[in-house]
Amino acid sequence: MRTLRYQRPEGVEAAVSAVNATPGARYLGGGTNLVDLMKLGVETPDLLVDVSGLPHHDIEELPGGGVRIGAAVRNSDLAADPLVRTRYPVVSQALLAGASDQLRNVATVGGNLLQRTRCLYFQDAGKPCNKRAPGTGCPAIEGVHRNLAILGASPHCVATHPSDLAVALAALDAQVLVEGGTGPREIPLTELHRLPGDRPERDTVLEHGDLITHVRLPAAPEAVNSAYRKARDRASFAFALSSVGAALEVRDGLVHRVRLALGGVAPKPWRARAAEERLRGAPATPEAFTRAVEAELSVAEPLRDNAFKVPLTRHLAVRVLCDLAGRAGGPR
Amino acid sequence: MRVSFTVNGRRHEADDVWEGESLLFVLRERLGLPGSKNACEQGECGSCTVRLDGEVVCACLVAAGQAQGREVRTVEGLADGAGPPGGLAPIQQAFVDAGAVQCGFCTPGLLVTADALLERQPSPSDADIREALSGNLCRCTGYEKILDAVRLAAARSAAGAAPTAPGPEAPPAPRSEPEPGE
Repeated sequence: MRTLRYQRPEGVEAAVSAVNATPGARYLGGGTNLVDLMKLGVETPDLLVDVSGLPHHDIEELPGGGVRIGAAVRNSDLAADPLVRTRYPVVSQALLAGASDQLRNVATVGGNLLQRTRCLYFQDAGKPCNKRAPGTGCPAIEGVHRNLAILGASPHCVATHPSDLAVALAALDAQVLVEGGTGPREIPLTELHRLPGDRPERDTVLEHGDLITHVRLPAAPEAVNSAYRKARDRASFAFALSSVGAALEVRDGLVHRVRLALGGVAPKPWRARAAEERLRGAPATPEAFTRAVEAELSVAEPLRDNAFKVPLTRHLAVRVLCDLAGRAGGPR
Repeated sequence: MRVSFTVNGRRHEADDVWEGESLLFVLRERLGLPGSKNACEQGECGSCTVRLDGEVVCACLVAAGQAQGREVRTVEGLADGAGPPGGLAPIQQAFVDAGAVQCGFCTPGLLVTADALLERQPSPSDADIREALSGNLCRCTGYEKILDAVRLAAARSAAGAAPTAPGPEAPPAPRSEPEPGE
């Protein structure tokens, strides 16, 4: 049996230095992804540094209207938080669209952001995969890829990021607070995850030893009118084929503020900035929503078996925007 | 390593636990509590569902060390305090009466999940039941009887709680509501 050590550090500093000192160390949050990957032989850490006991369990209101969320807050607690439900319903809805009660009761905010792709080839240690074993190739490009990326992929990797929460956080311009060897820093959520390029083994910009301590949601008045919608193969407990997180404020029939992010279609939560730009000041109509989302999806490069995601995503995004605009019309 | 925690009200210590072991393995192989089932081992099927500090979790994905000092309730403890020793918890009796058990492999996990649902929501709608049980898969696909069992347990509990309702010998028929438009 492999040697594996398990530590429960007293504080952030001890946790960070333990991982920094051990190349094969991993932070353990809820474990719902890491423990699974260890069983599959995809992850083979020699030290688990359990950070679920660190003092990152609070959801605090910030002066100016934002909210700071501890990285160890469980998905179920964040989804149920009254402040989050009122000010950022998209966050609560995204969390409840993911996993099951059993997993949400354990999974943490920090772990959710750093979970790995559910691409079948990545999860099968017996198969080639550039993300898991750099340089071995990507069998998904010609293989089973119905659920994989249509945006932002590369010839080296077409995996999708599986998080629902991250899509909502991308739409909201959340900031990720990180503690590393060199003191605390903030990273915009939209810049936390990388596109694969020719280094698909690196999911994020974090360095070994970096620990997510909090996520900060800036004040966003339009987020009271926000929503998350997810298309999947069954009604509950499945990863997204496509998902949409959006917030919208309409004034005098025109789009005043809009936030739009897509999930299940790219290697990272996909902030739809091209669509947002077209929408600002545009009439809040299904036609304008459709044109804007089409502009975003014009750069999509579907694979043999996932071209359905393009119209699916368009319909989903237009539907959510129409709902938020409080209007009828658009695809059902 | 040594892991100490409470299971069904009793303090347990497990020695020589490998750091990569799951809570499920400790329960089944070290503490002799095989009620929680080991099926998918990846949090997909819910057969290993236990309560950890009151919350339902998949024991297969909880690292053993994370159970240290905490309180676990397994299907073996479900009937504790529910009546005479050796009796069944109301949710267990409802599964028996509704015929909600086929091969039985998913049953312990479903019992723990359904019990937790009824504790927090004594009169769940069909949509509530479906969502709450979505993390428990029955490969025999006997979901209709399982839904019947949860409705039956809820109805019996409501009948027992209401002073003018008939006693448990004559439980109201399970509700049949229109399916949610999913």
